[in-house]
Amino acid sequence: MRDFLRLLARNQLALAGLIVLSAVVLLALVTPLLPLQAPNVTNTGDRFLPPFTEGHLLGTDHLGRDLFSRLMYGTRLSLAVGFAAAVIAAVLGAAIGILAGYYGGRTDNVIMRGVDMLMAFPYILLALAIVAALGPGLLNALVAVAAVNIPFFARNIRGITVGIAHKEFVDAARLSGMGDMRIMLGEVLPNVIPVIVIAMSTTVGWMILETAGLSFLGLGSQPPVADLGSMLGEARSALITNPHTSVVPGVMILIIVMAINLLGDGIRDALDPRLRSGALTRPMAATTVRRDGPVPEAREGALLDIRELQTQFHVKKRVYRAVGGVDLEVKPGECLGLIGESGSGKSVTALSVMGLVASPPGVITGGRVDYKGTDLIGARYEQLRTLRGREIAYIFQDPLATLHPLYKVGDQLIEAMTAHGRAPKEGARQKAIELLKSVRIPNAEKRIDSYPHEMSGGMRQRAGIAMALANDPEVIIADEPTTALDVTVQAQILSLLDDLRRSRGLAIIFITHDFGVVAQLCDRVAVMYAGRIVEEGPTAEVLATPAHPYTKRLIACVPELGEGRRKLAAIPGLPPPVDDLPPGCAFAPRCAKATPACTEPPIELMPFAGTRAVRCIHPENDAAAREAAE
Amino acid sequence: MGSYILKRLLSAIPVLLGISVIVFLIMAMIPGDPATAILGSYATPENVARINRDLGLDQPLVARYFIWLGNMLTGDFGRSFSLNRPVLDEVLDRFGATMILAGTAFVLCSILGVAAGVVSAARQYGFADKAITFVVLIGISIPSFFLGMMMILIFAVNLRWFPVSGMWPIYGGRTLWSLLDHLIMPALALAVVATGVIARLARSAMLEVLRQDYIRTARAKGVHERSVIWRHALRAAMVSIIPVLGIQAGFVLSGAVYIEIVFQWPGVGRMLVDAILTRDILLVQGGVVFVAACYVLFNIAVDVAQSLLDPRIKT
Ligand code: SF4
Repeated sequence: MRDFLRLLARNQLALAGLIVLSAVVLLALVTPLLPLQAPNVTNTGDRFLPPFTEGHLLGTDHLGRDLFSRLMYGTRLSLAVGFAAAVIAAVLGAAIGILAGYYGGRTDNVIMRGVDMLMAFPYILLALAIVAALGPGLLNALVAVAAVNIPFFARNIRGITVGIAHKEFVDAARLSGMGDMRIMLGEVLPNVIPVIVIAMSTTVGWMILETAGLSFLGLGSQPPVADLGSMLGEARSALITNPHTSVVPGVMILIIVMAINLLGDGIRDALDPRLRSGALTRPMAATTVRRDGPVPEAREGALLDIRELQTQFHVKKRVYRAVGGVDLEVKPGECLGLIGESGSGKSVTALSVMGLVASPPGVITGGRVDYKGTDLIGARYEQLRTLRGREIAYIFQDPLATLHPLYKVGDQLIEAMTAHGRAPKEGARQKAIELLKSVRIPNAEKRIDSYPHEMSGGMRQRAGIAMALANDPEVIIADEPTTALDVTVQAQILSLLDDLRRSRGLAIIFITHDFGVVAQLCDRVAVMYAGRIVEEGPTAEVLATPAHPYTKRLIACVPELGEGRRKLAAIPGLPPPVDDLPPGCAFAPRCAKATPACTEPPIELMPFAGTRAVRCIHPENDAAAREAAE
Repeated sequence: MGSYILKRLLSAIPVLLGISVIVFLIMAMIPGDPATAILGSYATPENVARINRDLGLDQPLVARYFIWLGNMLTGDFGRSFSLNRPVLDEVLDRFGATMILAGTAFVLCSILGVAAGVVSAARQYGFADKAITFVVLIGISIPSFFLGMMMILIFAVNLRWFPVSGMWPIYGGRTLWSLLDHLIMPALALAVVATGVIARLARSAMLEVLRQDYIRTARAKGVHERSVIWRHALRAAMVSIIPVLGIQAGFVLSGAVYIEIVFQWPGVGRMLVDAILTRDILLVQGGVVFVAACYVLFNIAVDVAQSLLDPRIKT
C-alpha cells in the first residue's frame, strides 16, 4: 500500500488529478454549508445575467437562477450519482463475477452467457430501454447506468477469480471445511480488490459522463433540481444567445472527468506490475551511441573489426556493462566462434555491430566497429540501414519469434531483397524460391506461401538463413541459430552453414554456448565472460589446451563433442552481475586457481602461445600450449 | 472462409434471441397493465381491446414473448402510436441517417485513432507523443454533447463555416456536397471520444509489438524504419486493435444519440429519446432490438476481418 501511494505520488499528472478531484469533492460536500443563494429560486427579472455581475459570480440562467449556486449543487448531484452508480455496478458486478468464477462449470456458463448477451448491446440502448421502462428520473438513470456497467465488472472479475479459485490456499480453505461463502469473502475477495479498484478508476469518470448524458437528454434529473447534465440540457436552447449558461456546467464536467481519468491512469499504472517496471518502452531504429573516449583505429586485414566495444544498459540509476571492451575480428571466409554462458554479453556484442541492441535501455558507450573502412558505430541511420542485411546479415535464434507471424515466409524473403532495391519486381518470387532451395527446403515452390507457424522449427530456421543470404552479404552473424532445434536438425543446419560459407566465401560470426558446435564449424574461437573476451585462439588449439580456467571448465562440461544440447550448469557459482563487477578477474570467485593478485585490476588480454590470447595471470596448460606452438 | 462466415452467422442466432429476451424482460418491468402502459394517453377501451388482441397482452409472459418474437420475424414490429405508422418503417427511415453519421464517425475515429497511436508510439516520450497524449486525454474526458455544442458555437455561429444543425439544407437541393457540409461537425464531435480510446490502445499495442523479436529481424534486414513501423509493427498491432474497433463501434453508435440531439440529426437515437419522452413503448422496443441486431451483425464482420488479418486464426 505504501509503495502504491509512493508510486502514485511520483506520477505528477495523477497527483494533479487527485488534487483537483479532492478539491471538487470537498466543495461538493460543503456546498450546503456555503452562503450560496437558493439554487432553484427563479427570478425572471434577472434572466441571463452575464458572469461577474454583482451578486452573481457566474451570472444567471434562463429563469434568473444563480448559476454559481446551481453549479455547486449540480456538481454535488452529478458526483453523488456517478459514484453511486460506480459502487453499485462494482459490487453487483464483482458478486456475479466471483460467483461465476468460483463455482465454474454450469453456473459459470449460464452467468457468462447472460453477461455476453448484455455486452452485445451498444450500452446506451440498454440504458434507454431501462429508462423507457422505469420512466425518466434521476434515480432511474442511476439504475440504468449502473446496470449497463455490471457486465463489464462481472467479466473482469470472473477472469481473475477463475485464476484464484484453483490456487492452493483456496483448496486448503475448502479442505479445512470452510463454507463457500466464507471462502469467497475471506479468500477470493481480498485478491480481486485491486482489479475492482482498477476497473472502478477507469469507469467512474465514464459513469459520471453517462448519467450527465441521460440528464442532458431529459431522461435523468427532472426540473427544478438539476445535475450538470440537465443544466447543459436546459442551457442548450440559449446556446447561441447566452453561451455562458452552457459553458459553465460543460467545463465543470470536463474538469471532473479529466481529473478522474488522470487519477485513474495513475492508479492503473501503479497497480499494474508490467507497467511499473517501465518495460513498455519501444526500442528505437538504431542503438543510441554516446562515445566519450577517443575512437580507436581499425586494424589491417580484417573484414569486420570490433575494437574496444562497450555497450551498456541504463536502467534507472543502474548501469549494466553488458559489453566491457571487446576486441574481435573476422577475415573474409573465416568463421569465428563466440562462446559464453547466457548473460556473458555475446549476443549484445553481436547486436551492437549493426546498432540492433534495444535502445532504450541499450547505449553504446565506446569503441569502434569497422567494416571496410566505415565506422559503423558512428554511422548515420540511413547508412547503417543500407548495410544491414546487404553487407552484414543476421540469423537469429528461435525463428518462431523472429519471423513476422502474419506475413508469408516468401514475402518476408522478398522484402529482404526489395529493402535494398535488389529484386526486380517479377523475378523476386523466383529468386525467393531459389533461396529456399539453396537452404535445402524441400518443396520450395509451395513453402514460399507458408506462414511461419505452419512450418517446423528446422524449416523456419532454414527460412531465417535464406533471409540472411538474400542479398549475398559478406558477413553473417548467427546468434545461437541451432539452440532451439533437436540434434539431427541442428547437425543439418550446421553443415548447411558450413557449405554456404565455403561456396560463397562468407565470413561468419557464430554465437553459441556449445563448444561442440564451435568445434564443428569454427576456425577460431573467442570465449566471453562477464562482458569481456577471456580467451581467443584457433579452435583446435584452444580445445586441446585451453588456457583460461573458465575455458577449461566449459570444455569439461561437454561430454562428447557434437552431441545435442548441453547446459553449463557444471560450473559451480554464477557469473557476476554486470552492474557490479569485481575489480580484477571477473572469474575469480569461481576460479580454483585464484590468488590475491587476481583481484587486483587490471588483468589484460595477454598474447599466449603465439596466435592465442588469454586474460589470466595463471593460465592453464602453459607449457603444453607453448610446446605445441613451437 | 465461406464456411467460417456461415458459422459466425449461425452463432449469432442465440445472441439475437438473447437480446430479444433481455429487451422483452426490461419492457415487462413497466408497472401496471401492459396495454395501458403501451397506449398511454391513447388508452381508449377499443384501443386496449385491439392491442390486447394483436399482441396477446392479456396472456402470460412467455406466450407474450413468443407472439412478439413471431411478429418481429415476419417484419411486424408493431405500430407507433405517437407517430401513427408502423414501427419498422419509422426505424428504417431513421436508421439510414444514423448509419451515415455513425459510419462516418467510425471511419474517422478508426483512421485518426490508429494513426495517432502509431505516431505516439513511434515517437514515445517525444513532443508528438506528449501532444497526442494530452489531446487524447481531453478527448476522452469531454462530454460529446458539450463538445458538439461548443463546435456549433465556434464553427457554425461565429465562424459560419458549417450549418448549425440538421442533415439537409432547409431550402435547396439535397446534394452530396450539402450532406457533407452538414455531416462534418457532428461526425467529428461523435468521433472524438472513440478516437481517444483507440489512440491510447493503438499506442500501447504498438509499444508491445515494437519490442518483439520480429521487429528486430525486420530492422536487421535493412527495412526502412518507416516501413518497420507502418507495415511490420502496425500489421501485428492491428490484431489487438481490431476487436477494440468493434467495441468502439458500439460506443460510436451510443454517442450518436447525444450528437443527434445536439445537431438535430434525424436518426434513430433522437427517435428513441422522443419515443421515451412520449412513452411510445413499442417504438422504443422495436428501435432497440433493431439497432442491437445490426450491431451484432457488424461485430461478425469485425471477426471476419480479424480472421483475414491473422492467418493463425483457424477459419
Ligand atoms: S586471473 Fe586468477 S582468478 Fe582469474 S581466471 Fe586466472 S587464475 Fe582464475
